[in-house]
Amino acid sequence: MKAADFAYRRPADLAGALAILSAEEGDIAPLAGGQSLMPMMNFRIAQPTMLLDLADVAELRGVTAGPDGLRIGAMTRYVQLAADPLVTQGAPLIGLALPHIAHAAIRNRGTIGGSVALADPAAEMPALLLAMAARIELVSLSGRRVVAADDFFLGLYETARAPDELVAAIHIPADASRRRVGFYELARRHGDYAMAGVALTAGGATGQPLASPRIAFFGLSDRAVRATGAEAALKDAQPAGDTLGAAVDSLSALPINGDLHAPPDVKLKLAGVVLRRALAGM
Amino acid sequence: MSGPKLSFDQPNRYIGQPVPRADAQRLLMGRGRFVDDMQAPRMVHAAFLRSPVAHGRIVSLDVAAARRMPGVVAVITGADLVGVVEPYVGVLSHLAGLRSAPQMPMAVGRVRWQGEPVAMVLAQSRAEAEDAVAEIHLDLEDLPAATDMERALDPDAPVIHPEFGSNLAWTRTVNVGDVDAALKGQDITIVEREFRFGRHTGVTLEARATLVEYDPAEDQLTVLYSGQAPHMMQFIFAKHFGMLEENVRVISQDVGGSFGIKIHTYGDEIAAAAAARMLGRPVKFVADRFESFMTDIHARDHAVRGRMAVGRAGHIVALDFDDVTGIGPYSMYPRTSAIEANQVLNLTGAPYVVPNYRATSKVVFQNKTLMCQYRAVGHPIAMAICDGLLEEAAAAIGMDPVEIRRRNLMRDDSYPRTSASGMKLDDLSHQKALEKLVEMMDYARLRENQARLRQQGIHRGIGFVSMVEVTNPSPMFYGIGGAPIASQDGATVRLDAGGGVHVSSSVTEQGQGTNAILQQIVAGVLGVDIARVKVTTGDTRTTPYGGGTWASRGAGIGGEAALLAAQALKEQVLDVAAVILQTQADKLDVADGSVVDAGGGAARMTLSDLARTVYYRGNELPSDMKPELVATRHYRVTDMPFVFTNGAMAAEVEVDVETGFVRVVNFWAVEDCGRVINPRLVDEQVRGGVVQGIGGALYEECLYSEDGQLLTTTMADYLVPMAAEMPDIHVAHIETPTKTSILGAKGAGEAGTGGAPAAVMNAVNDALRPLGASIFQMPMTPARVLAALGRAGH
Ligand SMILES: Cc1cc2nc3c(=O)[nH]c(=O)nc-3n(C[C@H](O)[C@H](O)[C@H](O)COP(=O)(O)OP(=O)(O)OC[C@H]3O[C@@H](n4cnc5c(N)ncnc54)[C@H](O)[C@@H]3O)c2cc1C
Repeated sequence: MKAADFAYRRPADLAGALAILSAEEGDIAPLAGGQSLMPMMNFRIAQPTMLLDLADVAELRGVTAGPDGLRIGAMTRYVQLAADPLVTQGAPLIGLALPHIAHAAIRNRGTIGGSVALADPAAEMPALLLAMAARIELVSLSGRRVVAADDFFLGLYETARAPDELVAAIHIPADASRRRVGFYELARRHGDYAMAGVALTAGGATGQPLASPRIAFFGLSDRAVRATGAEAALKDAQPAGDTLGAAVDSLSALPINGDLHAPPDVKLKLAGVVLRRALAGM
Repeated sequence: MSGPKLSFDQPNRYIGQPVPRADAQRLLMGRGRFVDDMQAPRMVHAAFLRSPVAHGRIVSLDVAAARRMPGVVAVITGADLVGVVEPYVGVLSHLAGLRSAPQMPMAVGRVRWQGEPVAMVLAQSRAEAEDAVAEIHLDLEDLPAATDMERALDPDAPVIHPEFGSNLAWTRTVNVGDVDAALKGQDITIVEREFRFGRHTGVTLEARATLVEYDPAEDQLTVLYSGQAPHMMQFIFAKHFGMLEENVRVISQDVGGSFGIKIHTYGDEIAAAAAARMLGRPVKFVADRFESFMTDIHARDHAVRGRMAVGRAGHIVALDFDDVTGIGPYSMYPRTSAIEANQVLNLTGAPYVVPNYRATSKVVFQNKTLMCQYRAVGHPIAMAICDGLLEEAAAAIGMDPVEIRRRNLMRDDSYPRTSASGMKLDDLSHQKALEKLVEMMDYARLRENQARLRQQGIHRGIGFVSMVEVTNPSPMFYGIGGAPIASQDGATVRLDAGGGVHVSSSVTEQGQGTNAILQQIVAGVLGVDIARVKVTTGDTRTTPYGGGTWASRGAGIGGEAALLAAQALKEQVLDVAAVILQTQADKLDVADGSVVDAGGGAARMTLSDLARTVYYRGNELPSDMKPELVATRHYRVTDMPFVFTNGAMAAEVEVDVETGFVRVVNFWAVEDCGRVINPRLVDEQVRGGVVQGIGGALYEECLYSEDGQLLTTTMADYLVPMAAEMPDIHVAHIETPTKTSILGAKGAGEAGTGGAPAAVMNAVNDALRPLGASIFQMPMTPARVLAALGRAGH
């Protein structure tokens, strides 16, 4: 199929982008890497009246490190995240997960902001942000606000972003560089969205009990979800034996949806497997 | 048949060599010429409104608003084509009893599958055509749909064609020996299993595409067509538009894969051609990926209950099965949708000595996309039934799967003979292939490794298949039943003044390398540099008449025709040379583009000199010499209905018993396709086929909702196998040339697809067996493997 007709604007800076977003009528879709938006438009699943191309908006690019952690501009591409030592050291969980996100060609264009704004339930990035207690910076003509990842992902392709806002940046807390990280996903083919996956971080040294674990699953529900039951079961414990069993058992409380290739009971089983395997790697 | 002394038995630079494909560089440089690259003046684009439901009555169809949309040139409905296109019926007389209803390119009155074309918009751009499609108002009354093939014959199932009284399209039983008596025999072990094969489709890189021009001044229809059987399509367009065949020209330039998908009569393509005639303007239709998944023919979709009885020493005593397959609401025209079931009946057990054989297939109508021939038609089912049951039987009597094959395979020295189902077999090498396979894979070491890994909780399995492949078909396949499908092919080979050679052949190129092997054969037989040989295929106006590509026949049939034509041209060249050089033809030969003294002697004159003499200075030749430097030869298989090939394959898999994921760790294939013309091309045909077979075994399935909605309409939902998951595929050959031709080449295009699923399934079951689990449903998805483990209490 071909995309339905749309207008195209390519503002030179953030002010221009925000002005268009707040002033123009209709359904305006910001365009980042286009790796999700363009296929959806070509399937006519998405039929925005205007594409707002963010390619020239310098304010949305770049990674900076400060005392509070990292600020990653929304338009930073996966390929740039993987190559940037600020990211791989400041947010090692991202480094661990990146090879599993899509394929190299898609990582060359896909952006962190696009993934966050899209909130695909099977995408890795929202779960990574939940596990790192990251925050999402939103900007509009009326100002900036920062929303915790826990409060940002609301449902299927649904986020706390208002229509006149852009995702400006992702903030990764400073302790993300020190926390232990775990990641595991099950995808039929490399680069596919996962059937089930988990990202987690915890305090404490390797081999020690898990301090304040944060565990987020993707590919199970209508969005990336924290597994608070499992977090409680594993808190200050060694992830083994009955403790681990209790953590896995607690997953049955998660809101799990089946999909074309796996009914909910299979997803639940796989969730337990990925949790065990991610923990084994920590 | 045995011909003259074979030119390729002498030192030959081409036949048997891994010569690179001449067109590979052009394609890799982006210089391919695919249908969608083509533009024509005043061209319009077609887009279709397709049925959103599996079964319904058209209450009203209002196209007025669509006609007013920007860029729209015309809107044509199914009813508009009544009287323009003669309906078609997909039956063949040799498939006795097969029935199907008349089909129109677009639905008239009723829709019978989701995706069936209902109306067509012709507009200045495809995007505008799609915009207008959205403005067509179609009011449908839903009718109950028969979607589940296993319930399609139930008394309360909705009947799709009321005039038939039931949804049965065709049934056939093969009954040889006395299965019932054999099953009551003493000291036998019987295994019985239920197999399920999911629907697949052949996902071509280039979607179906056609660009049709009509010139009313000459009543000339020219069809640029991404397909594999130009002459068949010429017949179909002519017949159903009431035109003379010579007024229809079908041209297939570069084709980006076909796999049997692009060899059928698709309503959207016929409708696009009809529109070109009605409008007098060129019409382009290119299927998008949605349309490909929804309307390209599907294949497989069989449910089989089978049993095998073996004696104590492992000999097969009886093989018995019932098969049901759903084909959609019509039998596809003109090849029919009963061929796959027929192949299953004909091929199951064909590698083995099976004294008692009984098999029934029921082919049923259902409200889903039409099913028809896709690469390795019927083979994966036939091989999985027999070799699946054979390995189960081996396990039941505690015998190694290789050993039970050794005891049952037809002996290499026992040909010619027939299979249980009566197929004529010759020149096969099952025993040699199996032994070579076992050696190549280092079987004993693999078993040791398997046992060691099992102690570490790693579940590997090894599975085998011994298989046959139908290739080089004679007229017995289609022509005998009245189909407009040639089983013979022709080649014209011409020497031009500059010393270059042109080959024109009726077999076709879809990316598999046909043109390359034609070049090799002609260059090798004639004795010229391969760079001087140009090949034309895929044009009904300029090539000889023939069948195109299907049933792995390009090399065996098209190649033989090219060989015969090159030999004939060589004789003509030597006749002329003998006169010019005042010697006898048998004292001369051709090598490296020159006439030489026979027996490797000195060059006497170049072919260019010879041709220039003939073409420019005929005055130098005796007046009674009438030289021809062009020769045409045709070839068909005469002594056999088909030329079977054989192979032996094995898969090593690892099953993750926690997740149900299956990884193919290694794959080995030993193939006997007779004379190997180009080992590189054959190896890659085998590998590509194996990958498609692994796709069928593990990944690919067209999934439907209960009410007949196709759910797998994107590449994200329909999982094709991808490189990262594929194992190393080790290929080796046995070369048993067929006696039916001089070239001795059999086909090689479908073996991998036909054999790999059985080998992978057997390997998975070998891995699961110690856990008490088994699976006979393809694709073997994680969910299904977990369910199998769950049934076994894991
Ligand atoms: C074959 C394939 C495989 C893939 N596999 C995976 C995978 O395994 N895991 C995975 O996570 N993803 C996968 N993806 C998706 C890919 O990662 C996308 O690139 C990503 O999800 C979106 O990023 P983008 O920059 O391309 O966004 P776009 O496609 O440009 O935009 C996505 C959405 O976000 C909006 N948007 C973009 N930027 C902003 C912004 N700054 N502010 C507000 N709204 C914005 C857009 O309007 C649109 O609605 C795959 C994609 C393909 C094609």
